[in-house]
Amino acid sequence: MSASTGFINIGERTNVAGSARFKRLIVEGDFETALSIARQQVENGAQIIDINMDDGLIDGAEAMTTYLNLLASEPDIARVPIMIDSSKWEVIEAGLKCVQGKSVVNSISLKEGEAQFLEQAELVRRYGAATVIMAFDEGGQAETADHKFEICKRAYNLLTENGFPPQDIIFDPNIFAVATGIEQHNDYAVAFFEASKRIKKHLPYARISGGLSNVSFSFRGNNPVREAMHSVFLYHAIKAGLDMAIVNAGQLTIYDRIPERLKSRVEDVILNKRDDATDRLLEVAQEYAGGKRTLKKQDEEWRKSSVEERLAHALVNGITKHIVKDTEEARQSVERPLHVIEGPLMDGMNQVGDLFGAGKMFLPQVVKSARVMKQAVAHLMPYMDAEKERLGTKDISNGRIVMATVKGDVHDIGKNIVGVVLQCNGYEVIDLGVMVPCEKILEAAKEANADIIGLSGLITPSLDEMVYVASEMQRQGLNLPLLIGGATTSITHTAVKIEPVYDDNATIYVPDASRAVGVVSKLLGENSDALKREKREAYTKARAAHARGQSRKKRLSITKARANKLELDWDGYQAPRPTFLGTKVFKNYDLGIVRPYIDWTPFFATWEMKGRYPDILEHETYGKAARDLYRDAQDMLDKILSEKWVQAQVTLGFWPAVSDGDDIQLFTDESREKELAVLHTLRQQMVKNEGRNNYALSDFVAPDNVNNDYIGGFCVTAGLGEGNHVRDFKADHDDYSAILFQALCDRLAEALAEHMHERVRREFWGYEKSARFGVKGLVAEDYVGIRPAPGYPAQPDHTEKATLFKLLGGDNPKENMGVTLTESFAMHPASSVSGLYFSHPDSLYFGVGKIEKDQVEDYAKRKGMSLAEAERWLAPILNYT
Amino acid sequence: MSIWPKIEQAISERILILDGAMGTMLQAHKHSEEDFRGGKFAAWPSPLRGNNDLLNITKPGVVREVHDSFFAAGADLIETNTFNATSISQADYGLSEYAGEIAEAGAKIARTVADEWSDKTPDKPRAVLGAVGPLSKTLSLSPKVEDPGFREVDFDDVVASYTVQIEAMFDHIDALLIETIFDTLNAKAAIFAARSVFAERGTDLPLLISGTITDKSGRTLSGQTVEAFWHSVAHAKPFAIGLNCALGAEDMRPYIQALSKIADTHILAYPNAGLPNAFGEYDETPSHMCSQITPWAEDGWINIVGGCCGSTPEHIAKLAGSAAKNTPRPTPEIAPALRLSGLEPFILSTA
Repeated sequence: MSASTGFINIGERTNVAGSARFKRLIVEGDFETALSIARQQVENGAQIIDINMDDGLIDGAEAMTTYLNLLASEPDIARVPIMIDSSKWEVIEAGLKCVQGKSVVNSISLKEGEAQFLEQAELVRRYGAATVIMAFDEGGQAETADHKFEICKRAYNLLTENGFPPQDIIFDPNIFAVATGIEQHNDYAVAFFEASKRIKKHLPYARISGGLSNVSFSFRGNNPVREAMHSVFLYHAIKAGLDMAIVNAGQLTIYDRIPERLKSRVEDVILNKRDDATDRLLEVAQEYAGGKRTLKKQDEEWRKSSVEERLAHALVNGITKHIVKDTEEARQSVERPLHVIEGPLMDGMNQVGDLFGAGKMFLPQVVKSARVMKQAVAHLMPYMDAEKERLGTKDISNGRIVMATVKGDVHDIGKNIVGVVLQCNGYEVIDLGVMVPCEKILEAAKEANADIIGLSGLITPSLDEMVYVASEMQRQGLNLPLLIGGATTSITHTAVKIEPVYDDNATIYVPDASRAVGVVSKLLGENSDALKREKREAYTKARAAHARGQSRKKRLSITKARANKLELDWDGYQAPRPTFLGTKVFKNYDLGIVRPYIDWTPFFATWEMKGRYPDILEHETYGKAARDLYRDAQDMLDKILSEKWVQAQVTLGFWPAVSDGDDIQLFTDESREKELAVLHTLRQQMVKNEGRNNYALSDFVAPDNVNNDYIGGFCVTAGLGEGNHVRDFKADHDDYSAILFQALCDRLAEALAEHMHERVRREFWGYEKSARFGVKGLVAEDYVGIRPAPGYPAQPDHTEKATLFKLLGGDNPKENMGVTLTESFAMHPASSVSGLYFSHPDSLYFGVGKIEKDQVEDYAKRKGMSLAEAERWLAPILNYT
Repeated sequence: MSIWPKIEQAISERILILDGAMGTMLQAHKHSEEDFRGGKFAAWPSPLRGNNDLLNITKPGVVREVHDSFFAAGADLIETNTFNATSISQADYGLSEYAGEIAEAGAKIARTVADEWSDKTPDKPRAVLGAVGPLSKTLSLSPKVEDPGFREVDFDDVVASYTVQIEAMFDHIDALLIETIFDTLNAKAAIFAARSVFAERGTDLPLLISGTITDKSGRTLSGQTVEAFWHSVAHAKPFAIGLNCALGAEDMRPYIQALSKIADTHILAYPNAGLPNAFGEYDETPSHMCSQITPWAEDGWINIVGGCCGSTPEHIAKLAGSAAKNTPRPTPEIAPALRLSGLEPFILSTA
């Protein structure tokens, strides 16, 4: 049952006017698929679904009847009330004849006079529905606050005098477009707010609804601005009394996360604060607009310059539009195709390199430049090949680097960026992809006569694999510089673990892509020995520092750490009960819904732009680069969502659970007799100050079955189908889009995890009772409960994912969850997130930190592993060697 | 002069007693095919045995006897023998065109018996509820597994069928009881028909509405929860809302409790006399049934109580005795709110 005092989000996708896809399905008579749209909306949390069949190509009454009759036999959908939406009374009436529940008519009005209005209202009542009433009378639609209220009041009085229950009246005081350039439209939003306030004050029990998308109509095609307008409008409208709106939840952004400058200009427009508000919003709107619309006239001025200048301009500004034409023009003007590369193209890339080095260009811009370069080179390739055949010349290359994400790991965004940056600088990059076994890397390096090998990885088990690759390089005598990169790699790990097993040549840790070119050029230059010496010294120091740190960092024995565990007060505690036990799968989850949950800060970090979103968009030095990137991201996101480039899948599960020391025991059912699985957790062993505890995740689960506690598990992926698009982009020499796309899939997966956690708290576990989408929902807020993931600080052991996947996916995780685990327990596809849910109000995120051998021995025994195996998986957190 | 104001007075003072089962009482007589046919339908081409409502015409005496026995047992309200007196349900016997006649005959019998008892016991007024059953065809469910969008009848057909029945009974009854609702959309059509007839006649009759929870899932056959069901029919502003049939008192208990919490009108409960045994017979004893229902009265959940399938005058007498010892449920004030429903309820309460 859903009781709400908050804002009601009405699903709009089952509306032929609101969804081109829905319309097509209805026109084609594919009601089966059209039903799945309704299902998706309900699964995604729509509390009411709006159904509208008003279209010239559709027999509205017949389509409404067919659709509602089919819908009645789908309990998953039919559980929510229906809003029967049509401008034709006969369609509304046809709908009313099909629904057993109490639905909402949308809408009736005084448009045709009182007699018809009252007659329709009486029928609405006889059919047992509530109704939306438009602020529309014989004279037309009300525009001013006074007129809106006047009509609503007249309608209210007429209805209540005739016995219509006031609580079944929902007014729609007309949301009209603002910022149209016509002066009298400027006050439309304010008029809506004002009318809403008066309705709430003077017309007791009546509710207010509206169709949100109208307000931003004049910014069609500029989704970021439209979304900002919707959020700002809602923020004020809800305060003024708006109870519900027909909303595309995917088109809402968190009020707090609208870039400050955009927000203030949108506020000026919505609240009609100044006469030039529209112009001022237009001024900034372009910066947030989709990329295609940003070409201004003056931008084409550069086309008039010489072909060399044009190529340089294209490279520096990352413009691919004319590159093939310009490259061809340049080719015809020189003797050999190679001269185009060595001449204008390299000149341009050198400018890019200089600007990047001087901190005047930023990674996303460089990657865009690389895309231009690659397309130019791709155009020249056939001519160069032909020439090669004719003259027997060789390729030119500054050097050749073989790169790979190591076996067991699937993360490659960082590696791809490094590859592109190196290619920009004239290096040949042989990218072996992801999950590449050691033998293949070494073979490829030998075969290609490589100058350098680069290894990448994100999850901790990859560190071990890198050590293995290094030791094999030593054994097989490859004698090549080895570059190490990726999120979990570090100077310490490289110094302590990798360099000692590989002393034939240099081992160098590269912290980010912008350093890669410097390192590679030095390694392949004349003074490479200087760099190697410098690095060896640095790593020797790092090892010494590490050893010193070892002795300083005192740890508690596991017995003592357990004695200092977190003791929650379980006496009389009744854990909230999830609404279902076992697992639930949501296939084809609507990613449009999760868009507002995207956390953009890590997205910019992927591109080595540090700073908090949205402030980063106004950053002094790289604000422009950030805005361009953000705009490209929004554009691509629109396409990812509308063209369904990737599918998302969610698997949730809840099980009765009880903690047992540092383990958590799960049961098959609520009799709590038959054990289903055991989750193992690790305990902090650092010395804590008085009053601070040594945590393990098991502390957050009740130790006794009388508390009826539960634990949840989840896996979400936004990466089904991701690989195909990455391959397509790469085939088009468009690494920029490939990387952008992967980074967006990652963000979508994280956003989906965040969104599902919210639904779990509010709905599936249901312990958080606040309104689903009030004004508060528009601002970020703290919440109760945690969702820690295996392999992260609170449980650094990746192998726990095996248990979680068994629980969620049984014997066929690929089919049941869409996600599988590699031998290193990386999730595949990479844009996936999995973890556990804990509901206790005192549960919190923490880091296990380094642990001692006594715990590892005990942990190995509990997991049924050998000590050596446990040490291998826990290598990054061992406090001993 | 309508008896109803006296009923309204009575319900404010005590728990009213509804009668028991008509259908199972008539079945107990084991009438033959000829009994059902009587003179009027002697030559009817199809079998008529089992068409209990037809006995209003062909054997009115036995119907009268049943009413009489329930009044004697202490019933305040009796239901007309018109559960299937609609063109749609009578179509099973080819008697659609007689539906109105059957309904009117049933209403007249009940009226006569009730008036006799009101005269006999002036301080215990007796009233007639025109029984409107659920129909043999349903609006929310498809009879074809392979075609879930198919419907045997549409809303307009159902409204038309109910309109004939309500019209036919209108002059002889004190209130309407729309009962044994397993598809709320059928009930909404009945309400629609009733409102249209009332508007036509210029007089409203009180409506009593009773749903059927089919099993322990707590839902109607068409899938609604009790609360969603209430939201769907509350617009009828019924004199009473309740549940009947399908379940015995023991299993009905949580749903009556749920209704009594949310409905701002009188609560009506008339469960079966237990669940059918292996022979399809109801064998819960009057005292057992009464012992199940008495706590409802003690807890103040109900205003009208009676019995459905299997309940005899003995059951009703027992219930009447027990009810007299308890006070009726006071009708709670429920704050107005936008209350909607699909299969599940939805409330937007005042913030």
